[in-house]
Amino acid sequence: MSNLQGYLRSDGRKGIRNTIIVAYLVECAHHVAREIAWPLRDRDVHVIGFPGCYPNTYAERMMERLCTHPNVGAVLLVSLGCESFNKHRLAQAVERSGRPGHTIIIQSAGGTRASIAAGQEWVAARRRELDAQTTVPMGIDELIVGTVCGGSDGTSGITGNPAAGLAFDKLIAAGAACIFEETGELIGCEHIMAARARTPELGAELKASVAKAAQYYATLGYGSFAAGNADGGLTTIEEKSMGAYAKSGSSPISGLLKPGDVPPTSGLYLLDVVPDGEVRFGFPNINDNAEIAELIACGSHVVLFVTGRGSVVGSAISPVVKICANPETYRRLSDDMDIDAGRILEGRATLNEIGAEIRDHVISLGEGHRTKSELLGHQEFVLTYKTFSAIGPACLPAA
Amino acid sequence: MHDNRLLLLNPTDNVLVARTRIQAGERVQLEASSPILSADLGIGHKIARQALRAGDKIVKYGAPIGSATCDIPAGAHVHFHNVASDYIPTYTIAPDLSAEGHVA
Repeated sequence: MSNLQGYLRSDGRKGIRNTIIVAYLVECAHHVAREIAWPLRDRDVHVIGFPGCYPNTYAERMMERLCTHPNVGAVLLVSLGCESFNKHRLAQAVERSGRPGHTIIIQSAGGTRASIAAGQEWVAARRRELDAQTTVPMGIDELIVGTVCGGSDGTSGITGNPAAGLAFDKLIAAGAACIFEETGELIGCEHIMAARARTPELGAELKASVAKAAQYYATLGYGSFAAGNADGGLTTIEEKSMGAYAKSGSSPISGLLKPGDVPPTSGLYLLDVVPDGEVRFGFPNINDNAEIAELIACGSHVVLFVTGRGSVVGSAISPVVKICANPETYRRLSDDMDIDAGRILEGRATLNEIGAEIRDHVISLGEGHRTKSELLGHQEFVLTYKTFSAIGPACLPAA
Repeated sequence: MHDNRLLLLNPTDNVLVARTRIQAGERVQLEASSPILSADLGIGHKIARQALRAGDKIVKYGAPIGSATCDIPAGAHVHFHNVASDYIPTYTIAPDLSAEGHVA
């Protein structure tokens, strides 16, 4: 059993962190937001935001889900004043969620200096209040865990990804909801994946999501495959996909989500990150952190990040567990890595041992432990333009 | 039986994966031959388990991961110089431009 503790929110969900979000609503407010957060950056004050000035339904939904995420305790919105982002709707959503919230409008607050001073004062006061809050016991069946891989190489699909998949199997058996993603990195796996769907209708939706991704990336001219993947021994997108797919473990697939959809039950879910409709705003996810932000918007308390080449990123809002698949990379970057899965390749651990270690590490994060990326201050965040239609009735199990 | 420095991930695979770095000039043991590596093989990279013909599917994890673009002898490095995706072409940076510290 675990000693998981969480912060109880008004919607009944529990968070394993009590983070204050400082959110800029257009790039023009980014500097002010960063300066507001800076003095308390080591005390769970994170900056997120949307850079665009044109409205976007997806981005506004993402921001609402992130600002009302269970790991978030209070929200400061920083607006320039003239941007198109609907700050009133976001402020109302924060208020409805029972969280302390406040909006600073730079144009009416007297500019940069006055806005930073007012923002820092508000954040410092909320930090004192939130630090005095107590936690309540939390079950593993209340956890949502996401997984992503980045900087993959020829070891990722042999050690780190299947170990993450085994951790998923163990967490799901204990009642957690787990989410894997990046349909553009499941190209070539669609048939074997569809066979794991709980219903034939869901299987058809899973296949369609990968077909959409293949078409989307083909239109853009590049697959989800970076030059470093090839240096690390991966030759084609379908080879990378087979490795990435191993992160999903072996549980039946319960549903298909789009960014911001929260799993209604325990079990395994696929997150479809590729936009619907014609190709509009460029690559579905311009880097790993865009995917991490989407997993968190779906309620992930923790994100498992498997890397072979050696990613160093973390994230705003939810801790990122770095699982290093390649033993040579681990020796170079051990300060950044939480789990040394390359031991499997060198015969120093079994897949199942590393899977158990990952599960235990996830649970420890709700018992007061911190990931390496959290301790190093990593709080990366990316949000770009996208267009999605709502998921269909075949995508989710009954709640 | 093949070299224990090489992994066979699925019995139907026609490639083996290096579990450790193997130097050029070293001999590796395959089921039916023991070729000498002509180039360094990095961890996670693949070699042909047997001779392959142009157009053959490359099979890893028991699944096709692309097609051979030329004949590949047993023991040769299997990578984007002799394999193409059946879905989306692979993007790589030309090696002379990817060196650290390079200024364009």
